[in-house]
Amino acid sequence: MLKNLCKKMFGRSLWVYHANSGGCNGCDIEVLNVLTPYYDAERFGIRLVGSPRHADVMLCQGPAMRSTAKALKRAYEAMPAPKLVFAIGSCACGGGLWFDSYSVIGPVEKIITVNYYIPGCPPRPEAIIYGVAVALGLVEKKTAPVQLKQLEYPIPQYHPSDLHVRDELVVYEKVEKI
Amino acid sequence: MSILSKLKETIVCLKAGRVTLPYPAQPQPVPSKFRGRPIFDVAKCTGCGGCANNCPAREILVFDVCQEIRILKYLGRRCAYCGRCADVCPEKAITMSHEFENATNSIGDIGQKLELFMSTCQRCGRCFKEPSPLEQLKMKGYRFDDLQNERWIFRSQSYLENEPVSDDIKIEME
Repeated sequence: MLKNLCKKMFGRSLWVYHANSGGCNGCDIEVLNVLTPYYDAERFGIRLVGSPRHADVMLCQGPAMRSTAKALKRAYEAMPAPKLVFAIGSCACGGGLWFDSYSVIGPVEKIITVNYYIPGCPPRPEAIIYGVAVALGLVEKKTAPVQLKQLEYPIPQYHPSDLHVRDELVVYEKVEKI
Repeated sequence: MSILSKLKETIVCLKAGRVTLPYPAQPQPVPSKFRGRPIFDVAKCTGCGGCANNCPAREILVFDVCQEIRILKYLGRRCAYCGRCADVCPEKAITMSHEFENATNSIGDIGQKLELFMSTCQRCGRCFKEPSPLEQLKMKGYRFDDLQNERWIFRSQSYLENEPVSDDIKIEME
C-alpha cells in the first residue's frame, strides 16, 4: 500500500533534504557522491534542496543526538505531508558504534518515523540509489530475515557397561557403532 | 581568447563522453576486498561466542536456552561491516560477502538467527580444560541477552569472577 502511494505521490520527482544529526560526515560524502555525474541521480528526478519545507524526502545521517534531536524533529515537522524518511548508514539505522554513550539517544527512528533503511558504514553510493529505487518500486528488495538451525546429532551415553575386554584391550563398544 | 577557451572546454567535455553508470538497470561489481553483509554458516559454527564478544557494535547476541541449544542472533542494524567477527572466528564460519544492496523498509530483514547445538561432555555435563589465548576471548557460562528488546546484557548473573563456571554440577575429584 505504501509502495502504491509512493508511486502515486512521488511519481515525478523527489526533492531531497539532507539532514545530518551528528554523524561523522562519511555518509554525507556518499550522498553527495550520488549527485555527481557518475551516479547521476537527477535522471530519477532527485534534487537536493536546502530547506525541509521544499522537500519530499529526508535523508537522515548520524544517530539522534541529545543536542540535535529537537532540531531533527522540527525539520521533520516542517516537511509537507506526504513525506518519506530514509535512514542512511548504520548510525541512523541502529545508533552506530557509540550507541551506548551519553550524548547518543539512539537510532533516528526513536525521534521520527523512518520508512526505509539503508545499512552500511558508509553505504556505497550504489546502495543509496538502490534504496531510492526500492522506495520508488523500480526494483524488489533483496534482503529477508534468515533463520538457520543446526541438526541435532545423537551422542552415545557413556556407560561402563559398554566397556569390554577384547584381546587384552579395553574397547568401548558404542564408538564403533557411530 | 574567451571563444578559444570556450572551444577548449567543449573539446574537453566531448572527450569525456558519457560517464554515468547504468546502475539500477545493470549490476555494478564491487572491488574484490569489499566487505559487505556477514554471512553466518550454521554447519561450521561451534557456538564459541567469540564474534559476540568482539563485536564493537554489540550486534551479535547469545542466548542459552538450555544446556544443548544456544541461540546466536545477528541484528545488523548498526553493523559497521568491520569484519572483526570474521577475523576472530576459529572455524571461518563467518564470511564477509559482497552484498551491499540491503535497503529495506523494515529493519528486521537484515537479521540472522542461528540455533546451535552445543554438545557437552557425557561424563560431567560440562568440562573445561586450561583456557588457551583464543579461548579466553570466548564466552563463559550461560548468557541471557535480551532477545525481545534486542539488547546486549553486559553482566550475566550466572557467571562470577574466580568461581568455577560449572558450579551447579559438583564433580568429585580424588
